[in-house]
Amino acid sequence: MPADQWHADQDGETLVPTHCCFCGVQCGMYLRVDRGGKVFGVEPRNHDINRMRLCPKGINAYQQVNHPDRLTAPLMRRSRDEEFAEVSWDEALDFTVSEIRRIQEMYGKDAFGLLGGASLFSEKTYLVGKFARVALKTKHVDYNGRLCMVSAAGANKLAFGIDRAGNPFSDILLTDCLLIAGSNVGECFPVLTQYVWGARDRGASLIVVDPRETAVARTADIHVALKPGTDSAFFNSLLCVIVEEGLADEAYLAEHTTGWEEVKAKALEYPPSRAAQICGVPAEQIFQVARTFARAPKAMAWHARGIEHHSQGVENCLTVINLCAATGHIGKPGAGYGTLTGQGNGQGGREHGQKADLLPGGRSILNEEHRRQICEIWGIEESELPTAGTSMMEMVWQMQRREIRGLIGICNNPFVSLPNYRVVKEGYDATEFHAQFDFFLSETAANAHVVFPVTTWAEDDGVMANAEARVVKHNKAQEPPPGVRTDTWVMCELARRLGAGDKFAFADSREVFEELRTASRGTVIDYYGITYERLEETGGIAWPCPSTDHPGTPRLFEDGRTYHEDGRIHLQAVEWHLPMDPYSDEFPMSLTTGRTVAHFLSGNQTRRLGALVEQTPRPWAEVHPSHGFRTGEPVRVVTRRGSEVFPALVTEAIRPDTVFLPYHWPVPTAANALTIDALDPRSKIPEYKVCACRIEHASELDTVPSPPVAPGHVAYPETQVSRTDPLPPTSPQGRGTSERS
Amino acid sequence: MMGRTIFIDPGRCIGCQACVSACRECDSHRGKSMIHLDYTDEGQSVASLPTVCMHCEDPVAPCAEVCPADAILVTADGVVQQADTTRCIGCANCVNACPFGVPKIDLGAKLQMKCNLCYDRTAYGLAPMCATVCPTGALFYGTVEELQAERPGVQVADTFVFGSTEVRTGVAMVVPADKVQWPVPGGLPVVEINGKDVRR
Repeated sequence: MPADQWHADQDGETLVPTHCCFCGVQCGMYLRVDRGGKVFGVEPRNHDINRMRLCPKGINAYQQVNHPDRLTAPLMRRSRDEEFAEVSWDEALDFTVSEIRRIQEMYGKDAFGLLGGASLFSEKTYLVGKFARVALKTKHVDYNGRLCMVSAAGANKLAFGIDRAGNPFSDILLTDCLLIAGSNVGECFPVLTQYVWGARDRGASLIVVDPRETAVARTADIHVALKPGTDSAFFNSLLCVIVEEGLADEAYLAEHTTGWEEVKAKALEYPPSRAAQICGVPAEQIFQVARTFARAPKAMAWHARGIEHHSQGVENCLTVINLCAATGHIGKPGAGYGTLTGQGNGQGGREHGQKADLLPGGRSILNEEHRRQICEIWGIEESELPTAGTSMMEMVWQMQRREIRGLIGICNNPFVSLPNYRVVKEGYDATEFHAQFDFFLSETAANAHVVFPVTTWAEDDGVMANAEARVVKHNKAQEPPPGVRTDTWVMCELARRLGAGDKFAFADSREVFEELRTASRGTVIDYYGITYERLEETGGIAWPCPSTDHPGTPRLFEDGRTYHEDGRIHLQAVEWHLPMDPYSDEFPMSLTTGRTVAHFLSGNQTRRLGALVEQTPRPWAEVHPSHGFRTGEPVRVVTRRGSEVFPALVTEAIRPDTVFLPYHWPVPTAANALTIDALDPRSKIPEYKVCACRIEHASELDTVPSPPVAPGHVAYPETQVSRTDPLPPTSPQGRGTSERS
Repeated sequence: MMGRTIFIDPGRCIGCQACVSACRECDSHRGKSMIHLDYTDEGQSVASLPTVCMHCEDPVAPCAEVCPADAILVTADGVVQQADTTRCIGCANCVNACPFGVPKIDLGAKLQMKCNLCYDRTAYGLAPMCATVCPTGALFYGTVEELQAERPGVQVADTFVFGSTEVRTGVAMVVPADKVQWPVPGGLPVVEINGKDVRR
């Protein structure tokens, strides 16, 4: 019996093959469905990506499907002074449509905005983009992937002409040197540690660049604990050593790149002696890393938010690409680069037009030819298609200035996830109408006028693209609870009431996917050859996949050509600059933020799951012992945006000049009440990973309320699952009782 | 050496508690986890390791030895079962006898509970739930040869000493390469590494 078919058909129970709803690894799993058709458990699945493994988030994910907190009727109120009331779908939809009409008639089409999310299936992200441009006719559409990996996307596009990782995860096992920059792999992508340590078991060197000694950094051959916000100086300096010691692959550079001379000249301005001072690490370590990476027969670099969440996030990523290209470590098994996406569909969520400047297939909304192609598919006049809008944080600023008066949010929770909470609250409070799609009442949904109760990932079909750009299919495991509709249905119904029903006549995800496939045909992000049937047979296909007999493209550039017209890697010289929030005597330290293993992003989902809440009930401030705190003592973290009190976690695993806060909680323990809303000028990603701060002893930790625990909080899942069948006795009766005398 | 069993590799544990959640999902325990996550170096580092039942072989399971109700059975394949609910009197003798601190007593029900190596899964040739999901490989289920094929050069121990008593266990522990003498993480003295007596 194949191991992963365990439990199938036992007592009427069925297993539905699908994937985890959380991070960009997209582990395969089975959802256990009882004979009544309800999801009640999880069973590991022997999928290519994870080989049965799951992290605690994945194991507990199923508990949200039938969670008592699920919204099951539309909530509505006409002003924020009123309480929410449960209303009929017709009433909620009619009110929403009348508010959209009123705002757009009074202030113009662009006074209404739409914010999507990268945890949505790709079909839904495609619809978000189409709904904004065709039904709302507004240019203001963006998504929460803007907070995730747009810096890497921007850098990849600039250098390679394609926006995705170059290699599959399995290549990690083939490498001789693995460099991980700004990624807490152990906690954010636990299943990937098997690849990382698998490489190490086979003799690969492991280099981790991170201000904190994370679980993976602890096992590294070299851990570079650099000061937050100094990544590009460090990577430039590696290049400087590589040039000066003749370790660059000049033949590869001459044949495959442009811009090398400028990059080289800039790198030479960062000798290790200078970079060591900027980064706060020993110069010797810079030599060591440069030599290890450059001399390895095959080397790879993977990075994540640690280097991307900066006001020079794109430039940080470009310096990593420069490093890989200069050493010729591109486009080979075990050699290349990659970005680890935080959200399940962090990759796919930006591919088909949900982003302010992009149309389906990664087409530019500013390119006339691209606009014409999409208008033809959508059946609209080119003059009707809006131009590029602004980014997520900029939209909030526009809400604050009352340039955007109405907003629909789908699958996002900016009240926890955006930086500088005060600004976000002001922006949302200033809107005249705000609607939110969600399956739990998130902190942001609690601010809305209308909340539409929508499905979880287990109640609809759809695809996601993981961090390898492998498209995987999620399968519907149960019918939505009564009163709950799919996001697709709600968007199509709103479009119909807005008079664009003929453009949104989609019955289900499959029909949307068929249009998406066609809309992406011939672009770099070509999904045309991917069908639901093929995904079910293969367990996932990496794009580009131009025809139904094409196997997909797990590894890029194997023929030595990039997606630029000249086929070359366009290297870009980068100058390091200080973070946007200046240090001073008053704010001498760096505040950096990140995730913990038990929680996911804004915590709207995981802060409701008993086991995860018990594992990590509240945030803490990680500080170095040199500040004189003891673990558990209250520490006040102060920035120019405000101050909050957290229990201290004292550890030598963090730099003395740095404080770390996990960001999954709302005020009054919200890391993002303290972070700065400075943006990278190109990618518009906020600078979450560094701002100036100071820490103080505080006395009143007890007066700070603990983060709210949702009413549905339960210690164990028995109260939510229908595990009613008596189970067989666990002691096997009558088998070799004992060897006891 | 041992057949298919669990190998605990503390060097890989990231303290994520996937094993704790997975154990709760296993049908054997009906919503209760039988794994402890121990912090071996508290205050100094965040190093952790999962503690599962070691399924003692020689002398045969102390918990079963001391059970006055004969409730703890050891199967022919070496699995030390949790107490038979029809026999257990909740006296906690097993808790006191276990050198590894594994069995738990549900005081309300007056019943003992412990890891039974997911007998409902291993009897079908599957790995226990904890070792199936462990994202980092800190818990590995298989033979020592399978482990060594995946992790060349790995060293394991299944014999430990407590004072003058040696205990050989069914579950083994990976020993860091630079600590082949003793102790393994957690401070447990090791007698054998890869089947060789390291005291000589």
